[in-house]
Amino acid sequence: MSDPIAHTAHDDAPLSAAKHPARPEGEPNQAPGDVLVGRSVTIDRPREELYAFWRDFTNLPRFMENVRHVAIKDGTHSHWVVEGPAGKTVEWDSAITADEPGRLIAWRSLDGASVRNSGQVEFLDSPDDRGTVVRVTLTYDPPAGGVGQLIAKLFQREPKVQARQDLRRFKQLMETGEVATAQPPYAAPRA
Amino acid sequence: MRALTWHGKHDVRVDTVPDPKIINPRDAIIKITSTAICGSDLHLYDHTIPTLKAGDVLGHEFMGEVVEVGPGNSRLKVGQRVVVPFVIACGQCFFCKQQQFSACDNSNPAETADMSEFLYGYPMTGAFGYSHLTGGYAGGQAEYVRVPFSDVGPIVIPDGIEDEKVLFLSDILPTGWMAAENCDIKPTDTVAVWGAGPVGLFAVQSALALGAHRVISIDHYPHRLDLAKALGAEVINFEEVDVREALVEMTGGIGPDACIDAVGMESHGVSADAVMDKVKAAVKLVTDRTHGLRQVIIACRKGGKLSIPGVYGGVTDKFPIGALMEKGLSVKSGQTHVQKYMPQLLQMILEGKLDTTFLISHRLSLEEAPTGYKMFKEQQNEVTKVVLKPHGETRH
Repeated sequence: MSDPIAHTAHDDAPLSAAKHPARPEGEPNQAPGDVLVGRSVTIDRPREELYAFWRDFTNLPRFMENVRHVAIKDGTHSHWVVEGPAGKTVEWDSAITADEPGRLIAWRSLDGASVRNSGQVEFLDSPDDRGTVVRVTLTYDPPAGGVGQLIAKLFQREPKVQARQDLRRFKQLMETGEVATAQPPYAAPRA
Repeated sequence: MRALTWHGKHDVRVDTVPDPKIINPRDAIIKITSTAICGSDLHLYDHTIPTLKAGDVLGHEFMGEVVEVGPGNSRLKVGQRVVVPFVIACGQCFFCKQQQFSACDNSNPAETADMSEFLYGYPMTGAFGYSHLTGGYAGGQAEYVRVPFSDVGPIVIPDGIEDEKVLFLSDILPTGWMAAENCDIKPTDTVAVWGAGPVGLFAVQSALALGAHRVISIDHYPHRLDLAKALGAEVINFEEVDVREALVEMTGGIGPDACIDAVGMESHGVSADAVMDKVKAAVKLVTDRTHGLRQVIIACRKGGKLSIPGVYGGVTDKFPIGALMEKGLSVKSGQTHVQKYMPQLLQMILEGKLDTTFLISHRLSLEEAPTGYKMFKEQQNEVTKVVLKPHGETRH
């Protein structure tokens, strides 16, 4: 996949901030129906540490709310079990397509996935010693038609919210060692 | 345990709710010995702050005894007495490292942080007992409270110091202090403070302690103006005089060098714009009544300094942006970085340089808290501060 957050010809903002779902020309890996989500967060930890935590995919359910389980199959392949709306789960196999220690991990669903998806996470040194800029980019191809409707809801409407909240939890966990919660009854009692 | 819970506009009750537990490694559980009703709790009582849910435990000014400490906190010990800041801050993010604790990036849970990101552009910090915009954390008008990041916030109080001498370190004393500090006071400065409620009175006290030449307090409750006068302020009753004209005359035509808005979003007033605000708020066209702030901006001298500790949550209109720009005012505001100010203010209290106990007018049990809210709301002249004792009187 070419860099989906590459600059457009018009300004310096990432494509994921676009108001209109305009697609870059000449990007063969991004089909017309794809949904692009991008989000950056600065985390005050060294990028090597952040990369190592993320690269062990079994850690992902600790901060990705809807990821129930990731099973490692071999050095590049993993199996994902993700919770969708109404408690339904979606599963797929995924392969790592790029792996640059301390800098970048990219992945893509394998043939047969109900929702074709790919993503990458970059770890970049922040200017002014503010830590590491973690930038996540996801693309989804939501299925058309009746069968995929429920799944589509998860992948079409929610990914931006999910990515934003998951990245906040990742930052909390890496900077403070815990994920903030005010969940009743015991974290926040209520009548 | 028993706790004061919100059920709707002007409807707070004392209910039995589950006891809090240690959830995260850095949590602590505090047995609350003293807690106060804050002026900003009245915004919740009046339901002018959105995202409250029926059953929420209120209260963000509290102190007590540490009864349980999570495995990730090696600083606090069971049995210590602590005052807890109303702002929940992690101590490790970019903002906390610059002592901008009320901008903490990590204390508002990921799901609730979305609301403030939409409203304000960026997610705001967590706070105790102050709606779901700030995380939905249970407050301290209760027998016990769970304190997240308890290795960062709570300050340990030496034995022998009564609760009432230090309780206000949790919010209103640092808030008044930061309001004055935000005025960047010079020895020749006249500081005008709108509102002689708890924060306004502490701002008067702080501005004088920070070396202001004169402080002028503006309110319409005679008793509160008396308290301001006793602290050393000159006073203006806005029901009896035109505030701007009075300030102009009292400062030889120059105007106050620094102005503090310690009123916030439920400003009183009888002028046309105040009535318009009230009507619009009633029909949900605007959320914040800002008559007071308009007057502050108009009354401030050219090139003057404007400090806003008063709470606002939404949007307003008829904002005198022209006066702000043309006069070249500088503005500082924000929720208080309580953790930053607590150590120096505790030291000043221990040295006898600051006494805040004069403010307390009523002491009630937790069960009487609903009465406390009603009194604080309806009898603002006499009821200056209500302190609740969830476990009865305690001696130290």
